[in-house]
Amino acid sequence: MIIKHRRPSDIPSSEITPRSVFENRRAVLRAIGFGGLAAAMPMFAAYPALANWRPGKGRTLKGVPHAKYNAKVLGEELTSFDIVSTYNNFYEFGTAKRDPAQNAHTLKPEPWTIELEGEVEKPGKYSIDDLIKVEDVEDRVYQFRCVEAWSMVVPWLGVPLSKIISRLGPKSAAKYVYFETLVDPNQMPGQRRPVLEWPYKEGLRIDEAMNPLTLLAVGVHGEVMPNQNGAPVRLIVPWKYGFKSIKSIVKIRFQEKEPPTSWSIANGREYGFYSNVNPTVSHPRWSQATEKRLGKNNVFGLPIRVPTKMFNGYEEEVAQLYAGMDLSKFF
Amino acid sequence: MNKETRIAWVYKPSVHLLALAPVAWLVWLGAFGQFGPNPAEFINRYLGDWAIRFLLIALAVTPLRGIFGWNVVMRFRRMLGLYAFFWTFLHIANYIFVDQYFAWHAIWEDILKRNYITVGMLAFLILFALAITSPKAMVKKMGGRNWRRLHKLVYVAAIATPIHFFMMRKGFQIEPLIYGGVAGALLAYRLVVWLQTRASRAQAA
Repeated sequence: MIIKHRRPSDIPSSEITPRSVFENRRAVLRAIGFGGLAAAMPMFAAYPALANWRPGKGRTLKGVPHAKYNAKVLGEELTSFDIVSTYNNFYEFGTAKRDPAQNAHTLKPEPWTIELEGEVEKPGKYSIDDLIKVEDVEDRVYQFRCVEAWSMVVPWLGVPLSKIISRLGPKSAAKYVYFETLVDPNQMPGQRRPVLEWPYKEGLRIDEAMNPLTLLAVGVHGEVMPNQNGAPVRLIVPWKYGFKSIKSIVKIRFQEKEPPTSWSIANGREYGFYSNVNPTVSHPRWSQATEKRLGKNNVFGLPIRVPTKMFNGYEEEVAQLYAGMDLSKFF
Repeated sequence: MNKETRIAWVYKPSVHLLALAPVAWLVWLGAFGQFGPNPAEFINRYLGDWAIRFLLIALAVTPLRGIFGWNVVMRFRRMLGLYAFFWTFLHIANYIFVDQYFAWHAIWEDILKRNYITVGMLAFLILFALAITSPKAMVKKMGGRNWRRLHKLVYVAAIATPIHFFMMRKGFQIEPLIYGGVAGALLAYRLVVWLQTRASRAQAA
């Protein structure tokens, strides 16, 4: 089976990633992550100082972006791996929060191929190791805000999407980026039910995709991405509601038109294309003024409610993307 | 043991036990930390599930008598209806206390703005009115005719509750449709009986 159509101009994978490195992707990710530290920490320990984030090789600590973006959440407690990996909305594995953790073992994240198509210089089918250079993987601690008004603080491991897009060479007609999740009811049993129009579809404007915050994540909490969190590769767009951060991506298309997305197809009145976190635009289902911070409990053992911030706290980085736009219209 | 003794000492306690068993299970889950990171959501789903189940069980009493001739089930109708209210009340109490932390302003906004909560609240108010008028003394006070008229509102609750459930779920989900189908069948039975009675009355006249 040919899974890769390569043009002569394409960079061979051996030049992008040393063979030994990509063959040991799991091991490398563990080593560069702070899995050891996480294991040694009690579940609800306070977030450690910046200098202690990487007790392993520390190879990505030198990257400036860490200090810049992660500093936002300094003082916030990380949501435990236990919560991050057992409380999921991933309807491909069932609609209850616990379903993905119970059912996602049927997903086979290796080998994994992503099809790049549309308005781009180097289209083709890429194996994940061709696309994501392990040296580029960064630790990004982001606020994660679900449209259901709960939130987490999650240490992702990933590569800025802009790095990958730049390498692929988008053409000038590439105004939008469209993403698609795997469709395979054998691997994703929830797809046997018509909860949404499968495959799951998402999209970003090209400038949103190129924003330095936008991440293609391959791990969390120092571990390779668990299946239920969207293995092997998912999008993370921290200033948008969680459903924009599409999981288990198999297709990325560059196109001129705004792509329809799964939730806007299902209910366009409730879910817009932009879906930026915005406490002033209330949703037909949930007031978005506050959020429950999961894992951070009050004396009754219930998650505290904290005020939701504009763009989930990333206003400084992304507000200019929407200058002049009526955000209650383009919700 | 005669029939009355059996009802009083065997059937009624059994129904109470079965109707309260889900409370014990919930307490058990809580004691062992099984609510997950969002307890309000977990408890809300759990209580909502039992509320709609008991509403449908209570509504099944009359058809059971009509179809199978089990007159004895009528002795449990009020009790089962009150359990439907009991579970609905816990469902709402959880929403107000555990989910919203008494944020009355946010709750009022929810009722006005979120359609599924508006519909759910309507069903709750109906069940509340039926529950407080359920004692025999109230039947006497209101007069049988008015009382029966008021209690016909349970049919509105039977329609509103599965709609509330369906609207609450995101995307297109099967489970609320199953409950809706059961509610529809139980109401359809009553419609058929009503039409038959009307037809036979017309004939007699």
